[in-house]
Parts: sequence; structure tokens; C-alpha cells
Amino acid sequence: MKAMVVVRPKDGILDPQGDAVRHSLRKLGFEVSSARIGRVVDLELATDDEEDAQAQVQRMCSELLANPLIESFEIRFEDA
Amino acid sequence: MTDKPLVAVVVFPGSNDDHDAAWALGAVGAEPVLVWHQDAKLPHGTSAVVLPGGFSYGDYLRTGAIASVAPVMDAVRAFAGAGGPVLGICNGFQILCEARLLPGVLLPNRQLEFVCRDATLRVENAYAPFMRRCSLGQELVIPVKHGDGAWYADEGTFVHLAARGQIVLRYAEDVNGALGNVAGVINEAGNVMGLMPHPEHAVDPLLGSADGGLLLAALVDAAAMHRDALTPTPA
Repeated sequence: MKAMVVVRPKDGILDPQGDAVRHSLRKLGFEVSSARIGRVVDLELATDDEEDAQAQVQRMCSELLANPLIESFEIRFEDA
Repeated sequence: MTDKPLVAVVVFPGSNDDHDAAWALGAVGAEPVLVWHQDAKLPHGTSAVVLPGGFSYGDYLRTGAIASVAPVMDAVRAFAGAGGPVLGICNGFQILCEARLLPGVLLPNRQLEFVCRDATLRVENAYAPFMRRCSLGQELVIPVKHGDGAWYADEGTFVHLAARGQIVLRYAEDVNGALGNVAGVINEAGNVMGLMPHPEHAVDPLLGSADGGLLLAALVDAAAMHRDALTPTPA
């Protein structure tokens, strides 16, 4: 089955990349008070068992995909 | 057999200060040996480990994140757990933080610019193994060159670390937005240290400063002590 992981910088964590994008958007005339940049990881898993998949992706996030000190993550599943 | 302590310098794909580190360690009395990141073991007789600077795995995902789960890191973790001296320089510091062997994490520089220049550092702890050749409050000039060097930890952790003397080096001025101008930290046991500046680039006055040699020479001292502690003395 397929999973999508969205990783975001936690509130209050310095995000210079987001700040740079916000500045550029403002230069283009958009009124943007905040831009925060995270990342999306699309995964194709070998398992079709939702419980198993949930447990696996949870571990992937805590072991590698996100750093809990600075990032939060969200897991979404898509039907194959 | 040589009297010089064997210091393993781990090479990841994208490491680029590995040879500089090996050269500098040799210049201060170590026997350096390069170790490939896929190796599951450290060479027999390894008395200290250095994770060098560079851009391991192209800084993909987060700086140091992918290297932190490389096969060699299990061996480094076990070595550190047994009290072995481990030093992470720049990318090596990032890797040790991602491996949770050191507290905190390195964020992109606040000014968004890569910073590449000499930095003045203040010694905040002169009794930690890698700091013993320095004196408290001493200023060291050691170059920095990084894009992701702003050390960060939550406020509680930061206060705790400062109180325990785990903040060993601070920049004399704001270099990258690091919390408390932190440039280097040690773990609770004191045998694992990471710093963003590059001591291996400051071991010869001809190149501007030899202050980095103080840290590397102290690492070699710690390596020799670790080796001797493990070697049974003849009765």
C-alpha cells in the first residue's frame, strides 16, 4: 500500500528557507505573513495490512524521516 | 607496533575533510586510519574515532541524518558507549546529533548564507577530555565553513547542558544564529564531542592559527589513555 509522510518544522523553529520564500512572495506582491517549508515523502510499502503499515511508517518517521527535536510529522495512507 | 594511538577517521560518501583530518591527526601524534562507512567494525586497536567534515549523502533529508544510520555507526555507538573518545567535526557534529549521541541539532544558518571564515571561540570547559590542553576562558581562532551550523536545543535542555558544563565552546560573536552562540558540545559522559569549527584546518601558524591543534592533541591524549586503560599491563 501507499503512504504519504508530511514532515514540517515545529512551531517556533527557525525556518530560514521559509522566510526567504515569504520575502520573495512579498516581492511578487502577495500578502503573506508566514511561509514554512517542510517535505513530503511518498512511500510504497510491501505490506497491505493497514495496522502493520501504520506501525512501520511510524518507526520510519522516528528513526529517520523526522527529527522530533525540530519537526512534526503526519502520516496518510492511500488505497492502492 | 607503534606507540601512536590509532584514530579512525570515518569516510562517508560526500565527506571532504577526511584527509585533512587524518593529516592533522598525524601531525599531532596519532596514527590515523580511514574507515569506510559500510564497514560494520572499527579497525582492531582503534583508540578514538573522528567523524570528519563534508556533505555526507549530499545533505539529503537533513544534514547528517542518512549518515547517522550508516553501518559503521553501530560500531561508533558501541565504541562511544564503552567510553571511547569520539569527535565530530562540522558534518561529523551534525551526524552525532542525528545519531542522538550528542544533544541538540544543527539548523540552517539564520542568515541563510554559507559562512566561511575564521571564528573566535571561547573555551567554556577546560576539563573535558578534548579540552584539557586549553584553559577556561581562552580564546581560540578556528575556521568555520558551513551552511547548517545553527545549533539548537529546547530551552530546558540548553539550561541543563550549560549547568552541567556540556557547552564546551561558544562563538565570541553571533556566527550563524546558534542558540547561546554554541559552537561545541559534549555528551554527559564527556567522551563524545562535536563542534562546527574545523580544528583540522588550524594546526599550523603558517595557515593562520594552530589553535585547532590543541583540541586534536587533547583527543590524541584521550585516545592514548583509552588504549592504555584497555591494555592489560604486564605484571
